[in-house]
Amino acid sequence: MAMSGDDFISDEQRRYATWLSWGARSGLAILVVTFLAYVLGWLPARIPLDQMPNVWNLSAHDYLLQTGAPTGWQWLNLVGQGDFAGLLGIAWLSGCSVLCLLVVMPIYARRKDWVFVVICVIALLVQLLAASGMLTVGH
Amino acid sequence: MLNNLASRFTDVGSLLKANALLLLLSLSLFTAGAYAAESMPAASTMPWWGWALALFITCFFLGIVAVPSGVGGGVLFVPIVGGFFPFHLDFVRGAGLLVALASALAAGPSLLRGGLANLRLALPLAVLASASAIAGAMIGLAIPAHIVQIALGITILGIVILMALAKKSEFPEVATADKLSSALSMNGIFHDAARNQKINWQVHRTPLGLTLFVGIGFLAGLFGMGAGWANVPVLNLLMGAPLKVSAGTSSFILTLVDSSAAWIYINKGAVLAIIAVPSVIGMMLGAFIGARLLHVLKASVVRKMVITLLLFAGLRALLKGLGIWL
Repeated sequence: MAMSGDDFISDEQRRYATWLSWGARSGLAILVVTFLAYVLGWLPARIPLDQMPNVWNLSAHDYLLQTGAPTGWQWLNLVGQGDFAGLLGIAWLSGCSVLCLLVVMPIYARRKDWVFVVICVIALLVQLLAASGMLTVGH
Repeated sequence: MLNNLASRFTDVGSLLKANALLLLLSLSLFTAGAYAAESMPAASTMPWWGWALALFITCFFLGIVAVPSGVGGGVLFVPIVGGFFPFHLDFVRGAGLLVALASALAAGPSLLRGGLANLRLALPLAVLASASAIAGAMIGLAIPAHIVQIALGITILGIVILMALAKKSEFPEVATADKLSSALSMNGIFHDAARNQKINWQVHRTPLGLTLFVGIGFLAGLFGMGAGWANVPVLNLLMGAPLKVSAGTSSFILTLVDSSAAWIYINKGAVLAIIAVPSVIGMMLGAFIGARLLHVLKASVVRKMVITLLLFAGLRALLKGLGIWL
């Protein structure tokens, strides 16, 4: 295992940590800013905030039926509205590991550690499949 | 030496039994409870900001106790918020995954840089757990909420038993690494600051560990909880990773497992910013305080308090699911 400096942390682990750190920080910043825009009324809400107590007790399925809220990635079309702008930070936090996996793969490949290249590829595919919205469920 | 070995086998035996029991109870209950009413909390008269504030304050306190008690925020969040707030369990589980994910993401970089989380140990386990978390999330959103609520109650009560009985081993003895972990180089060195010593570690029983992580990922996706409560015992007692490496690697694994399950909830519309964001921010601020109170609070007292809290929340979830205490 390639080590850098005089400690025992591998290069790929360091690189993964750096990207994860930036991903988490930027995601949290987006989360806070968009949420403030939502609750302070800087962005209009598709479902008015004072109506939320009437729908947050419904199942996700019934909530979608009653509000006509989008599924999959269609929320991106509504990102100018406060309730969907909030999903930007959430999606960023959920997706930042994909970037981390991508940036460590070249290190494994340079070292000809093909087993871990394959493991990273599978991990990526699992994340992308989950994010794709192709997996449908419902009550 | 022989006594140590015997007690290690007893620990692993109890761990396997407890995990198997949890899975069996959870899965068998999916077929039960047909007579229970569909769990739909009544709409409340409190304004939206009152609930958002209450959620933030609750999560802040959960974050404070989560760190010293050694459990993840998600395992406290789902039964407590699901049991006592008017939100549907679908949205609570979606928010629970994000709470666990945000905490894991915040801790991940320093754990990796400090060697307390190990990429080579984590990635193979995380791949399997991520895939099964997707399956858990899909099944959780496809079955009636009261059945999930009953299964959640039983699982939380199982976690209470696991927390009360499971032992920990700071430096488990792994005489020989198994073939799979050797082939994948699932080993490492970490610097134990408390002892000012570099510790070499390796793991064994990897195939069984991988199998258990499939079940753990499934439960994480199904209930929207982080799975640190199960990850740590499997890594530490079963696979033989040092306790600190187990805790750090477990937290890092959650960054992948919870994100894959979270996507299913996001795509299904089961994530509401008004529930998820105050929860995430409250829990993270609380955890920040909790980490600083770690030296002041007596961990064993906090742990007993959390076990009592979980016992109450688990009973509440069970009775709510059965339609006895709505």
